[in-house]
Amino acid sequence: VPKRTFILNGEPVAVDVEDDVRLLWVLRDVLGVTGPKYGCGIRVCRACTSHLNGKAFNPCAVKVGDLKPADRVTTIEGLADTVGRELHPMQEAWLDQDVAQCGYCQPGQIMAAVALVNEVRAQGRLITDDDLDGIRNICRCGTYSRIRDAVRQGAKHM
Amino acid sequence: MDDVSMTDPHTSTQPSPPSPGGPSRRSVVGWVLAAPTLLVAARIGLDGAHARPAAAAPQATRTGALAPPLPKVPQFYDAYETQQFFTVAFAPTNHLITVSIDREGTAHLALPRAEVGQGITTTTAMIVAEELDLPLSRVKVTLADARPELLFNQWTGASSSTHTLYKPLRTAAATARAQLKQAAARTWGLDAHELRTADGAVLAPDGRRLDYAELTTAAASVTARAVRVELKDPSTFTTIGRAQRRIDALAAVTGRKVYAMDLKVPGALPTMVCRPPTLKGTVQSVANTAAVKRMPGVVDVAVISTGVAVCAHTFGQCIDAVRALRVDWGPGTIDGWDNAKVAKDLAAAERPLPPATPGVDVLDETFLFHFRGGSALETNCAVADVRPEAADVWSGLQTPIVVAQEVAKRFGLPLDKVKVHVVEAGGSFGRKFYFDAALEAAEASAAFQRPVRLMWHRTDDIRHGRVHPMARSRVRISVAEGRVTAYEQQHTAVATDPSPALGEMYSASVMSQRPLRVFEGIFQMWTTVPYNYGQATQFLGEIYEYDTFASSTVRNVWTPDVVTARELMTDQIAAKLGADPVDYRRHVIIEDRLRAVLDACAQAGRWGRKMAANTAQGIAVHTEYKSYVACLVELDNRPATVHRKVRDAYTGPRVTKVVIALDVGLPINPRGLQAQMMGGAMDGIAQALTAGVHFRDGLPLEGSWDDYRYTRQWNTPFEVEVLVLPATGEVPGGAGEFGVGVTQAAVACAWARATGTMPTEFPLNANAPLGFTPKPTVPPIPPAPTDGLRHRR
Repeated sequence: VPKRTFILNGEPVAVDVEDDVRLLWVLRDVLGVTGPKYGCGIRVCRACTSHLNGKAFNPCAVKVGDLKPADRVTTIEGLADTVGRELHPMQEAWLDQDVAQCGYCQPGQIMAAVALVNEVRAQGRLITDDDLDGIRNICRCGTYSRIRDAVRQGAKHM
Repeated sequence: MDDVSMTDPHTSTQPSPPSPGGPSRRSVVGWVLAAPTLLVAARIGLDGAHARPAAAAPQATRTGALAPPLPKVPQFYDAYETQQFFTVAFAPTNHLITVSIDREGTAHLALPRAEVGQGITTTTAMIVAEELDLPLSRVKVTLADARPELLFNQWTGASSSTHTLYKPLRTAAATARAQLKQAAARTWGLDAHELRTADGAVLAPDGRRLDYAELTTAAASVTARAVRVELKDPSTFTTIGRAQRRIDALAAVTGRKVYAMDLKVPGALPTMVCRPPTLKGTVQSVANTAAVKRMPGVVDVAVISTGVAVCAHTFGQCIDAVRALRVDWGPGTIDGWDNAKVAKDLAAAERPLPPATPGVDVLDETFLFHFRGGSALETNCAVADVRPEAADVWSGLQTPIVVAQEVAKRFGLPLDKVKVHVVEAGGSFGRKFYFDAALEAAEASAAFQRPVRLMWHRTDDIRHGRVHPMARSRVRISVAEGRVTAYEQQHTAVATDPSPALGEMYSASVMSQRPLRVFEGIFQMWTTVPYNYGQATQFLGEIYEYDTFASSTVRNVWTPDVVTARELMTDQIAAKLGADPVDYRRHVIIEDRLRAVLDACAQAGRWGRKMAANTAQGIAVHTEYKSYVACLVELDNRPATVHRKVRDAYTGPRVTKVVIALDVGLPINPRGLQAQMMGGAMDGIAQALTAGVHFRDGLPLEGSWDDYRYTRQWNTPFEVEVLVLPATGEVPGGAGEFGVGVTQAAVACAWARATGTMPTEFPLNANAPLGFTPKPTVPPIPPAPTDGLRHRR
C-alpha cells in the first residue's frame, strides 16, 4: 500500500491506504478527523464540505491518490487557524444567529459559506439572494433562514 | 422546608400529608437522596398534570353578517389529549430523574430523553438553572443510558419532553436549592428563611456568601428523605423566558459535537449492508462471498436478517464491497407495488360516511397525501459490541429501553448486561423512534464477533428507510342557515408502525392482538377541530399490516395532513359564506388563545395587503400539545418564479414569506421555539410543494437529496418571522412538531388563493415529471464520484 502525503489543517500527514479510497474516509476512518460528515457520499448533500487550497470541495468525491503532497486540506477543525483566531468570523456569526439545530450539516455549511464569501468578494461584489439560493448544502432541520442571515453577517467580518 | 417522610422513594408510594395550614400553590415535595454530594429528585405523582381550560365563548368579531356559529360538541381530544396522556404515563418514575451538585458547584442532569436537534438539552438546562439560581454555564446535561427502571419515562416524541419534565425538574432543583440553604444556615447559625440564593451561591442578609461548591457535601444526605419545598415565583424568573443560545452551539460550529459515527470505540470497524432491490426482500444466496472478502480493506462478510453485511477498514471500502456483492434476492413485502396501487387501496378501504342530513348544503372533498421521506441528515447508524456475556449499543435513540429489551431478547442476555448509550443525533423527525440500525449493528457485531460501526448509505436511507405513510382525507361539511352544523373527517392511511414508538406504553398482549387498532384509538386524543362546527367527528382508518411498508412518524403522524384538509375546507366555507378567511376563523374559533395567535399573526403578516397577480397570502391555525399557533405565508406562483432553472432541482412556486405566531403557555427558550417553528415551516413548505416519495416496483425511485425534494435554499422564504407570545400560563406546552402542519396548511391555502384552484393532492408536484434519473436498484448504492477536484469553488 503506497503512502500518501498532504497537508491537513496546517500539518503534513502521511497515510497508508489504497489510492482509490475517497478522502472523506481517509479523514474520518483513518485519521479520526470527524468534523466533515457523511450525508450521501455522492457530492449532493455537501455535509463533508471542506477546503482544498482555499476552495470548497467535497472529500467524498476525491480519491486520496489524487492529492499532491503540497495540497492543503482544511476541515472545520482547521478553519479558525486560517485566520489565526479562536473562531473564524463565520463561526462567530453562526453562534450569534444560533443557527445550528442538530448541527450535523453545519461544519459543511460553514465551510461552504466561507468559500462563497471569498468567491463573491473576488468578483468585487456583495452577497445576493441569488448567491444564497445557490448554496446546495442540505439542512434537514430547516435552518436555511438563519444560515442566510449568518452568511451575510459573517461576510461583513471576514 | 419541612421533612415529610423518612422512607426511600423507591419503595414509598406517597409522602406524608403536608404540614398544617396547607401548602401554597408552589409547594411541592422533592426527595433528597443518599449520596456523598447533593443529589435530589422530584416526588412521585402527576406533577405535570393540568386540567384543560374550558372552552371560551366566541367573542364579537368584525363579521356581523355571519350567523352565530353552532357550538362544537366536544370531541375526545377536548377532554383528554396527548400531553395529558404522556404526563400520566411518565409520572410514576419522575422521582428517578435526579439532579446532583458536584464539588465544583456544577449541577448535573442525565436526561432521559433524546437530543436530536430540538434543543431539549438547552431547555432542560435552563429549567434547572432557573430553579437552582445557577448560571446556565454551571448546568451540565448529558443523555442518560437506557434505564429500564424508568418504564415509560425515557421516551422522546410527540413534542412532550418540555411539558412532561418541567415540573419534575423544577421540583428536583428546588429541593437542591432548599438543601443548600439549609446547609448554609447550619454553617452560619442562621434560619434558612433568612437566606436567599443567587448566581450559584447562598447569601446571608449581612452579605456573607457561600458558593454551592462549598455547600454540596454538607447539603448531602446519608439517607433518602422527602422534603416539602417551595418552587420559585414565576414572576422572579431570570432564565426561563429569556432567549438563550443552544448550549451545544460551540461544539456544533467547531466540528467537535460527537455523533454516533464519530465515537471512537476501540476496534469498531465500519460496516454497511447490501440491501435488496425491493422493500424487505430477503437473501437467498450470495454468489461471491470469498471474492468480496479478498477486496482491499474488506475484513468480513456475513448474511444478516436484512441483507449482507460487510465490514472493512473504511466506509469507502464497504461501499465498494456492497456494490461488488452478487446476491440472489427473494421477494419482499410490496414487490411490484407503486403509489397508484396504494392510492387505490386507500380509496377502497375508506369507511363510508353516514348520509348527510337532508336539506343542508354539503361541501365534500377528498385529499391525497403521498408518502414522504423520514430521513435525517445523519443516516441510520449505530455502534454495537455484542459479546457472549454482555452487549453495548451506541446510537441516537428515542426509545432506548425498547432497544435494550430487544437486544437482550435476541441475544439471550440478561437485561442488566445490555447497555444502550444514547448519543446526540444528527436529526430525527421521528426516524429515531425506530432503531433498525441499532438492531442491525448488534446482529453484525454478533456475526463478525467484533464491535462494529454500522451506517446506512444515503440511497438505502431513502429507499429502505422509513417513510411517512400515504394518506387520504375525506372532509364533509354540512352548512345550514349560514353556519356549519357538522364537520366529518375520515382519514385513511397506510398503517404507521407503532411497535417501537409506543412499545413501552402498551402491553405486549395488546400490541400483538390488534396492532393496527392502537393508532386508530390514539388518533382520538391527537386530533381536534378548533372551530365551532357543531357536530365534529374525525376518524382514522389504517390499511395493510403495520410492517408491510417501513413506515414511521415524520414530525407528527397525521396532523399535517388532517390540518391541511381542514384549513383548505375552512377557506372554502368562508368563501361560501362570503367572509374573509381571517374574519371567518375569528368568528368560529373556540378558544381565545387560538384567536389571539391568529390576530397576532395576521397583524404582523399584514394580512389582506394587496398582492400581485399569481401571488397570494394564505393563513392557517392549529392547536395541539397544549399550544396554539397561526401561520401566514406569501406564495409566488408567477411563471418566472415557477420555472426558475436550478440544476438537479425542483423549483416551482416559492414561499417568499412566513409569519408564525405561537402561544405555548409558558415559553422556556423563545429562541429555541423560533428555531423549531422555522424548521417546522421548512418541512411544511416541502410537504405542501415538493417533497414526495414515488414507489415503483416495490421501492422508492428517490435515491438522493437531489431526488427527494426537501426544501433547499432555492425554496427558502426570504423572510421568516416567528412571534413567541408572552406567557399565558404556568406550564410549557409542546412545540417540536408544531410548525409543520400549520405551515403546510397555510401554503396550500395560499396556492389555492394564488391560482383560484383548491389543491387536493400533495405534494403539489406529485404528478409532475420526475426530473431525475432513478438510480439502479442493483447494485443498491451508487458509486462514489471521483470528480471532486474539478468542482472546487
